[in-house]
Amino acid sequence: MTHDIIIVGGGTGGTVLANRLADRLAPELAAGEARVTLLTDDPDHVYKPTFLYVPFGEKTVEESRRPLAELVDDRIDIHVDRATAVDTDRQTVATAESGDLAYDQLVLAMGAQLAPEKVPGLAEGAHHFYGPEGAVALRDALAEFEEGHLVLSVVGVPHMCPAAPVEFVLMVDDWLRQRGRREDVELTYTYPIMRAHGIQTIADWATEEFEARDITLETFFNVEELDPEAGTVETMEGTELDYDLFVAIPPHHGNDMVAEAGLGEDGWVAVDRHTLEADNAENVYAIGDIADVPTSKAGSVAHYEAGTVAKRITSRVRDEVPTAVYEGKTVCFLEAGLEEATFVEFGYGDEPVVREPTSALHWSKLAYNEAYWLTARGLI
Amino acid sequence: MSETAYEPDVTIDARGATCPGPLMDLIGKVKEAESGTVIELLTSDSGSKNDVPDWVDETDHEYLGIEEDEDYWRLYVKVA
Repeated sequence: MTHDIIIVGGGTGGTVLANRLADRLAPELAAGEARVTLLTDDPDHVYKPTFLYVPFGEKTVEESRRPLAELVDDRIDIHVDRATAVDTDRQTVATAESGDLAYDQLVLAMGAQLAPEKVPGLAEGAHHFYGPEGAVALRDALAEFEEGHLVLSVVGVPHMCPAAPVEFVLMVDDWLRQRGRREDVELTYTYPIMRAHGIQTIADWATEEFEARDITLETFFNVEELDPEAGTVETMEGTELDYDLFVAIPPHHGNDMVAEAGLGEDGWVAVDRHTLEADNAENVYAIGDIADVPTSKAGSVAHYEAGTVAKRITSRVRDEVPTAVYEGKTVCFLEAGLEEATFVEFGYGDEPVVREPTSALHWSKLAYNEAYWLTARGLI
Repeated sequence: MSETAYEPDVTIDARGATCPGPLMDLIGKVKEAESGTVIELLTSDSGSKNDVPDWVDETDHEYLGIEEDEDYWRLYVKVA
């Protein structure tokens, strides 16, 4: 009997996992005792951190995309089709075009989806840089933005890449200064809770940077409605703010399949935070943004989780007791402008230390963005 | 689950999540809840004891109170 492993999703988590399994299960794959299928509706892999640089003209959306066939080991079956449902009793994944696929072990890695429609006015009136079209539209809007009030608002939590809103506002500050426009632009950053960021040490660092650069910080700011015609935003807390350019971190949601399969509320898969095994079904794991674990929705998390799940799946294939666990390891570079960056590393329950930004770390971040393609291949 | 005087309509189990996860979970649920809904937030993070009433104070919603269990707290909020 062939042991069938299906990975749904070709993002960071799915791609790294597929390549790790190709290595770990090499004997079983060669003998036909195991088969790994990467099921995805996009034949390309998209590296989303690229989009942060697009509004500033520093990268193009084309640079974010590479064919999965170039990144994924030949021993993995790449199956391009859309997963439409999961039946955890029958252990099958339904697809749009190729019927039901049976699994012995299933890994859900479909990522997070943007849901601007959750807030009235947001889809029509707000810019964002969380997808290719949004990043390009924001680039064009920024190019023409000579004066007025630019608001960067974290509307949805949790969201992908928790560092990105702080990075964007510090980068746009630098970008405007370089063009001699900063004196004519008022910058405001808003966050839903009582401080500038979910992580205290990052909040402390960002607050100091904002003060030094004349960026207004609004906290307890939960956007209820945007009026694009009037250029105003209203919050649950009763604040009203005028804006000329509104850049939102849109609300996110997981995947409807997850809720329909009873695997978790709001489309996020309920998992054990250490084993990444689903709470509500056997032989199902979740990694990356779709897994409901108490750390960031970040590429590094998906990467390290994939390493843990590759080991656990391999143990199961070999009828051994899985012992690998994920301890919440998260690593994020943070751009402090266009020429300096810092970086943080932490595990579950840790408060990271934010180091002084340096030019060397900025270049490290850019270098890593290139080296990322080796990460996707499972090499680093 | 322990007995409570507040008769919640919805429970959010944020135990194990560290600050500010529980408050963010609460804000997300309040956004989607109908007026009059009583939300129960289970949290093992002591920061929530201040964060939650501080946030509710900024809004029209009502902070009903807190109950303590062995290793977690139960906070109650009524949606305006």
